[in-house]
Amino acid sequence: MLQMMSRRALPLAAAAALALSVPAFAEDASQPTQVAATAPSTVTIDNFAFAPAILAIAPGTKVTWANKDEEPHTVTSADGGLMFKSPALDTDDKFSFTFDKPGTYKYFCSIHPHMVGTIVVK
Amino acid sequence: MSTRRDLLKCMSWAGAGIVWSVAGGVPRAVNLGGSALAAPAGGFSFVQISDSHIGFKADANPDPNGTLQLALDKIAALPQKPAMMVHTGDVTHLSKPEQFDTADQIIKSAKLDTHYVPGEHDVIGDDGKMFFDRFGGKAAAPGGWYSFDQGGVHFVALINVLGFSPQTGATLGKDQLEWLEGDLKGKTASTPIVVLAHIPLWSIYPQWGWVTPDADQAFAYMKRFGSVTVLNGHIHQVVQKVEGQVTFQTAMSTAFPQPEAGTAPSPGPMKVPADKLKSVLGIRDVDYVPMAGLKLSDQTLA
Repeated sequence: MLQMMSRRALPLAAAAALALSVPAFAEDASQPTQVAATAPSTVTIDNFAFAPAILAIAPGTKVTWANKDEEPHTVTSADGGLMFKSPALDTDDKFSFTFDKPGTYKYFCSIHPHMVGTIVVK
Repeated sequence: MSTRRDLLKCMSWAGAGIVWSVAGGVPRAVNLGGSALAAPAGGFSFVQISDSHIGFKADANPDPNGTLQLALDKIAALPQKPAMMVHTGDVTHLSKPEQFDTADQIIKSAKLDTHYVPGEHDVIGDDGKMFFDRFGGKAAAPGGWYSFDQGGVHFVALINVLGFSPQTGATLGKDQLEWLEGDLKGKTASTPIVVLAHIPLWSIYPQWGWVTPDADQAFAYMKRFGSVTVLNGHIHQVVQKVEGQVTFQTAMSTAFPQPEAGTAPSPGPMKVPADKLKSVLGIRDVDYVPMAGLKLSDQTLA
């Protein structure tokens, strides 16, 4: 639901980029879009996946992850958790982190590393 | 390590109730719900439990303490008292101190010498410090892996739940592989090897992280051994494969089942009717008979 809302509010190019893989998005990210102001700041964890998998926000936005699975998950920055690292999130637990600087931040679940997501701050 | 077709050919699913009889010339029986036979003289038996997930409280099993106790009761009732027990990880659900304490108390009540390897649920947030403080192997290497000998069998306890990175997931890593090569060096090729690790050491379903990508290197070091038995947990169901002299076996959980590979949107806990739960949880009894090898018997808690 959140992903659909964000896509509807996006310019076409950005919406197309969101549907592509992460590297492709990174290339397109150099083009100016109005993604930041309208994107949601919540990421839902459901069925072993982060949704939306790619979230674009403005600098200073607080992103909150909410675990809806019966399985615990973590939100761990791809640098091994140096930048941000949640504790184990049990069902309905939440974790927040505020992104101050522009950049592309990849993260994963340290318990299920095939679960990956990206926050784009610009 | 093998093609997908080979894998399928050599796999049998517990859910299908298949009895595994002969593979690669080595007879092995899996008795789902059957009873154990006493090991002939000269050998010994041990038991494997796995994935007790103490602290789990969702619908799939509101009482993992109770089902772990039930598993230990089942072990206590075996006709032959096991020489020891192995726990192949996910002792706790969330790596919390009180979960480790509860698990420790319940498992201690079995009064069995117990050897552990951690699951990814045991090392959340502290790289396993709490786990290793309580359950670490005697004379373990700095990385936590260790080996020991019992009754002529060489046991190797490996760790593949630390240092996950995005996408790659479980690996043994260079340090551990080097250690393994050295550890096996002095052993004669006729020494039976039993390998313990949490995540399967062969590719069952990479999409769900049921794989250890660098395990092939570990098995390259074991090629010269006549009998290698790999005991894993993680996937909460019995899946088996025989490849040459290596037999791979995953075990049932004592807490809750998980879906067969690819049959659900995710590998999350599978809810079964309350009166069916015990029939999808279980223990494994392993008999070792010198010259004849290891005989594995998976038994449900029903």
